[in-house]
Amino acid sequence: MRDRIKISVLVFACLGIISWFIGQGLTVDNYQFFLKLRFPKVLAIVLAAIAISASSLVFQTITNNRILTPSILGFDSLYLLIQVLIVVGFGTTSVLVIDAIPNFLLSTTVMIGFSLLLFHFYFKRGSSNIFTLLLIGVVCGSLFTSMAGFLTMLVDPNEFAVIERAMFASFNNINAALVYWCTIPLVLCFAYLFLSSRKLDVLWLGQDNATSLGINTKRLTKQMMVVITIMVAIATALVGPVLFFGLITVSLTREIFDRFQHNFLIIASSLLAVFFLVSGQWFVEKVLTFQTTISVIINLVGGSYFLLLLLRNKIN
Amino acid sequence: MFSKQLYSKQHILAASIFIVLALSSLLLGAANVTLAGLFSGDEHAYDIYLISRIPRLLAIVLAGAGLSIAGLVLQQIMQNRFASPSTTGTIDCALLGYVVSLIVLQQASQWSYLAVIFTFAVFGTLLFVRILQQIQFKSVVMVPLIGIMYGNVVSALTTFLAYKNDLVQTMSSWSIANFASVLQGNYEILYLAIPACLLAYYYASQFSAASIGQSFAKNIGLDYQKIVFIGVVLIAISTASVVMIVGVIPFLGLIVPNIVSLFMGDNMKRILPWTAYWGVILVLACDILGRLIIFPYEMPISMIISIFGGIVFIYLVLKDKANA
Repeated sequence: MRDRIKISVLVFACLGIISWFIGQGLTVDNYQFFLKLRFPKVLAIVLAAIAISASSLVFQTITNNRILTPSILGFDSLYLLIQVLIVVGFGTTSVLVIDAIPNFLLSTTVMIGFSLLLFHFYFKRGSSNIFTLLLIGVVCGSLFTSMAGFLTMLVDPNEFAVIERAMFASFNNINAALVYWCTIPLVLCFAYLFLSSRKLDVLWLGQDNATSLGINTKRLTKQMMVVITIMVAIATALVGPVLFFGLITVSLTREIFDRFQHNFLIIASSLLAVFFLVSGQWFVEKVLTFQTTISVIINLVGGSYFLLLLLRNKIN
Repeated sequence: MFSKQLYSKQHILAASIFIVLALSSLLLGAANVTLAGLFSGDEHAYDIYLISRIPRLLAIVLAGAGLSIAGLVLQQIMQNRFASPSTTGTIDCALLGYVVSLIVLQQASQWSYLAVIFTFAVFGTLLFVRILQQIQFKSVVMVPLIGIMYGNVVSALTTFLAYKNDLVQTMSSWSIANFASVLQGNYEILYLAIPACLLAYYYASQFSAASIGQSFAKNIGLDYQKIVFIGVVLIAISTASVVMIVGVIPFLGLIVPNIVSLFMGDNMKRILPWTAYWGVILVLACDILGRLIIFPYEMPISMIISIFGGIVFIYLVLKDKANA
């Protein structure tokens, strides 16, 4: 019962912060202008928050671990490498740099394609140890980082300014049409995760228990990895690298709510994520007056939280 | 060293591989100089060798040996085969130290930079090692995964500092390992790898004892935490000097000790010199390859090692699972 109260508080907090974020300073004369700017921004924040938290939650379930996030598969470094390659290959005046939609399509296609290829080869070998897969992802990530670093050395500082913009997550120059189109795949993925929540409940008991209870763990893992990949790729291409965000929200959700049912946890962590991200963006805009980007705050808070988790040995 | 003959076949073969690679490294380069020119007293050739080519070879040898041994020591004290300076946050902490030293010490000497980098590397690694000593893991690959996450946390902070001070692009160009910039007068800090390696050899049996476990080490009368601390200091010396002078060479400390122990077993006193040797050979070969691919330009060695090391690492992980 207490969880029900907590979640209601969370719903009201989310609605409150969103309506305040959209509504502040609106008058009869200016509302059209402001709403046109603010609505896509808030929608982007909400979509990214939900995509990241839901996928991180499911990722922790399939890895049976409370400290990993899907970003460890190297999405952030791949995204960065794609941006660097675009600038190096086509120059800063290319349509891929200026127009957000082709850039988005290219980035998501490459990221999803890469991960599916990785999964395909990995699962074809007949192995089911997810950690090995993660480690391979990490290795590829470090390869991408050094390739991006090498290419960064070659570009001149003006071109680098374009790359640097892609290095940090930001909601300040969101393309409205892009946000609306992203809603469809993200909602579908979210619904799929939500519908699989009963199977995930069983999987959380551990691989052996799940198998003896009649879950095809390997197939479930594979399906979930594909869905997670799509969600993370879209979120990354939409807002930029957000490494630790999923970690904070999912861990806090598990601490606040004393439950293990995934259908509940997915909703709760999404709400918490929306609340954090919207208030974080408000904090960046109003308190810090755009002195820094939201990804810096996410990394600082998320990084310290990660260290805290390590120190308290809450890993397994 | 370990066989009764002073020079076994193995040693001669090893020495000749090294000599061939070292000579090709010396002879290779954009400037057209030959050994013959050097001996006939060509002033220009003499300068090129003394200022650029020989320092480069020495830097490769020192960095290769230093980082491989650092990886070996780290694997012993962490009791994990997949520990290495790049999977326990040591390199990321060293980079953080570098950025901090650049911001705080504007015009200081190289040694004070090194001191800052070294301090960050020691404390960062020690923190991680201490934390992991408390935790029992279900899977060996958890240690590198957590270590890489830890490294990501540290490098997020580094990027933030660099971003504030407009150093992001500069930072990504130093962190790319490249021996091309090694010249006489700017690589000498790398000589610190020699005492670090000798000390690692001296403490080899203690590290081996520590690798069996804390209680075992205590039972045979070792000060376990002291050994761990010495190990971390040695690792940090090698890593800090390499990061400062050359840049980040990924996977080196990971793959070389693993490959050597695959063929030669786990006797640390015996495999330590060979680890250093193969580290040198690997770095030397990758450096030569990087100089040949787009001759007369150069690919940075970190690219070559990432590709090669990544493949070997994945092979080792997959193989490890097959054994289990």
